[in-house]
Amino acid sequence: MLLRLEDLGRDFDVSRPWLNRVLEGVPRQLLHAVDGVSFEVRKGETLALVGESGCGKSTVARLIVGLYAPSRGRIEFDGVEISDPEAKAATARIRRRMQMIFQDPYASLNPRWRVRDIVAEPLRVLGLAADDAQIAARVAELLKQVGLAPEDGEKYPHEFSGGQRQRISIARALSGRPEFLVCDEPTSALDVSVQAQILNLMTELQARLGLTYLFISHNLAVVSHVADRIAVMYLGRLVEIADAEELFARPKHPYTRMLLDAVPDLEMSGRQRTPVAGEVPNPLSPPPGCAFHPRCPHANDRCQAERPSLIWHGEAASACHAVEENRI
Amino acid sequence: MGTAPAMVLEVKNLRIEFPTRRGTLVAVDGISFSIAPGEVLGVVGESGAGKSLTGTAVIGLLEPPGRIAAGEILLEGERIDNLPHEALRQIRGRRIGAIFQDPLTSLNPLYTVGEQLVETIRTHLDIDAAEARDRALALLREVGIQAPEARIDHYPHQFSGGMRQRVVISLALCAEPRLIIADEPTTALDVSIQAQIIQLLKKLARERGTAVMLITHDMGVIAETADRVAVMYAGRIVEIGPVREVVRAARHPYTAGLMGSIPKIRVASAQMHAPLVQIEGAMPRLNAIPSGCAFHPRCGKSFARCRTERPEPRPVGSNLTACWLYDEHNAAPA
Repeated sequence: MLLRLEDLGRDFDVSRPWLNRVLEGVPRQLLHAVDGVSFEVRKGETLALVGESGCGKSTVARLIVGLYAPSRGRIEFDGVEISDPEAKAATARIRRRMQMIFQDPYASLNPRWRVRDIVAEPLRVLGLAADDAQIAARVAELLKQVGLAPEDGEKYPHEFSGGQRQRISIARALSGRPEFLVCDEPTSALDVSVQAQILNLMTELQARLGLTYLFISHNLAVVSHVADRIAVMYLGRLVEIADAEELFARPKHPYTRMLLDAVPDLEMSGRQRTPVAGEVPNPLSPPPGCAFHPRCPHANDRCQAERPSLIWHGEAASACHAVEENRI
Repeated sequence: MGTAPAMVLEVKNLRIEFPTRRGTLVAVDGISFSIAPGEVLGVVGESGAGKSLTGTAVIGLLEPPGRIAAGEILLEGERIDNLPHEALRQIRGRRIGAIFQDPLTSLNPLYTVGEQLVETIRTHLDIDAAEARDRALALLREVGIQAPEARIDHYPHQFSGGMRQRVVISLALCAEPRLIIADEPTTALDVSIQAQIIQLLKKLARERGTAVMLITHDMGVIAETADRVAVMYAGRIVEIGPVREVVRAARHPYTAGLMGSIPKIRVASAQMHAPLVQIEGAMPRLNAIPSGCAFHPRCGKSFARCRTERPEPRPVGSNLTACWLYDEHNAAPA
C-alpha cells in the first residue's frame, strides 16, 4: 500500500465578507469540496479518479500533494502520516517521493525560463545533483526519456506545442525520481492524436520506472486505457470504487452507469442510450440523503433521507441503497 | 453533389488568408462542401485545422486581417461572401444562427434571458412585444427548459452551464434560420450534459429541417450527431463522407490515425492497456505547411508523389478522399 486516505475532508469558506455577514445577518457558509473520502493506492498501479466538474477530484489531488491542508481525516504515504501539519520534517522527506502533473501545459511552465532550467528545478531544490555537469546530464537524460531532444533544453516553452509542453512537465515531474505521480487531467487540454502520444508515453514510463499513478480525469474512455482500478466521485464523495474491468463490465452505482452511458458511441452500434436527466446540483446546498437522488431513476424515500455509506464487497465498493438492497 | 437550390449552404473552393508582414498565411485552402436541409454536417479536426475559421467565414464574422481570398459561399443558392456589411448583418441571426463554445460569453450578463430573446426576435420578425414574449417562451420550452414562465425573467448567471447552452440555442433559433453554425457547442459542458445538448441539436435539425454545421474536435460528438462529416487537416478537407463510412472505414491515413487515437472504452483486460494508435508529430504551423499533401511528413504510407503534388478530394467508395493512395495511376493502393 503506497497511499492511504482515511475519511479525508476539505471545506472551503465561501462566506460573504464579515461586514456583509453582520449587516445582512447571513451566517458563515462552508463548501464541502471533499467529504469523507477513503481509498488506497497500491504500489505500481494506476488508480483513476473520475467525476464531472466540481465533484472534488482535483481537490483530492491537491490534498495529497500538500497544496491544500485537509480539514478532516488523514493521508498516509508508505505508512507515514503526511497530513499532520506539526510533523513538517517527516512530511517533507516523504513529499519528495511524489510529484504532480497539471492539466494546462500552457499555465504550468514558467514562460521566462529555459526548458533545461524548468526540468532542473526539482534537482536544484531537492539537492539531488552535485554540480552543474551532473544536472545537465540528468536533464538531457530526462528529455530523451520523454521523447524530446537534449538540445530542446535551450528553448523556451512557447517554442513548443501543447503535447511537447506536457512532455516537458512530465520530465520535470520525473526529475526528482518520484515513485508516485498525481496526474490531474494531464491530457484534457490536448488534441486527440497528441493525447494518444502522451497516454502511451505515460504507460511506457510507468512500466519502465515502476511508477504509481493517481490519474484524475473526467473522461472514462481515457481512463479505460490507463487505469487498473477506478474510483468515481460525485459531489465530494466517493460513490464507487472497483477494478477497471469490473467497473466497465458491471457498473454498480447508478451514477457510474450514467457516466458510462454518456460516453459517445464511436462504434456506431446504434446502442440506445438512457437519456441523462438533470445536472449536478449546487455543491453549496447538496441534496439531503444520497446526493445523487434527484437524478437517479432508482431513488426512493430512503435515498432522500439517509446518506448511503461506502460498502465493500470484496475488492469493490459502492455507496448506494438500491445496490445494497438488491433493487438494481 | 445535388443541384444548387436544394442545398442550404454551399461552399466552393473557399480560401482564407492572413496577410502578415512576413508573408501571407493560408489558413483555409480551397475547401468545398455543401449542407442539405435537415442535415447535420460535422466538421472535425484538431486545433489549427481551420474548422472554426470556415464557420466564421460563413457567418461573415472573419476578423481582419483575415480575408476570403478566393471561392464562394452560397446560402440557398444566393452568394453571400461578397455582400456588404449591412446586408450580411441582416442575414446573420435571420437566416444563419450561431452557437458558440462558451455559453456565458454568448449571453449579455446585464439583461434577462427573456429580454435578450425578445430583442432578437423583434429585430428579425415584425411582431409586437407580447407576441415576441410568447414566442420566446415557446422556444425555451422547445429547447428543454422546464417551467419557462419562471425562468424567462432570470439572468444568465442564474442558469447552469447546460441550461445556458440551451438558452443560446434558443437564441440562435429565434428567427427560424435555415442554417445553424454550432462551433464546439458541447466542449465546455460535462459529459452527461453534452449528451443532452447533442440530442437537442439532432432533434431540431430533424424537426425543423434546419441545416447544421457542427464544428468540433470531438469525433464522439460527430459520430452521435452528424449525417456526414468533413475531416480537416492544415486548412484542407482531407476526407468527407457519410459519418458511418468515415468513422468505421476511414480511407485517408489521417482520418484513420485520428480514429485510432481516440480512446474507446474497452472491457476485456487484455485490450485495456494496449497502446493507442498514435500519429507522430503535430499539425504543421501555418507558416510551414509542407508541400504536396500537407500530411505527408506524418504519414506512414507516403511516397514520392505525396511530397510534390497536392491531392484533390476524389471519390473513393462513398467518400471524397484527398489522398494519392487512391489514385488509379498509382500501382498499389493500400
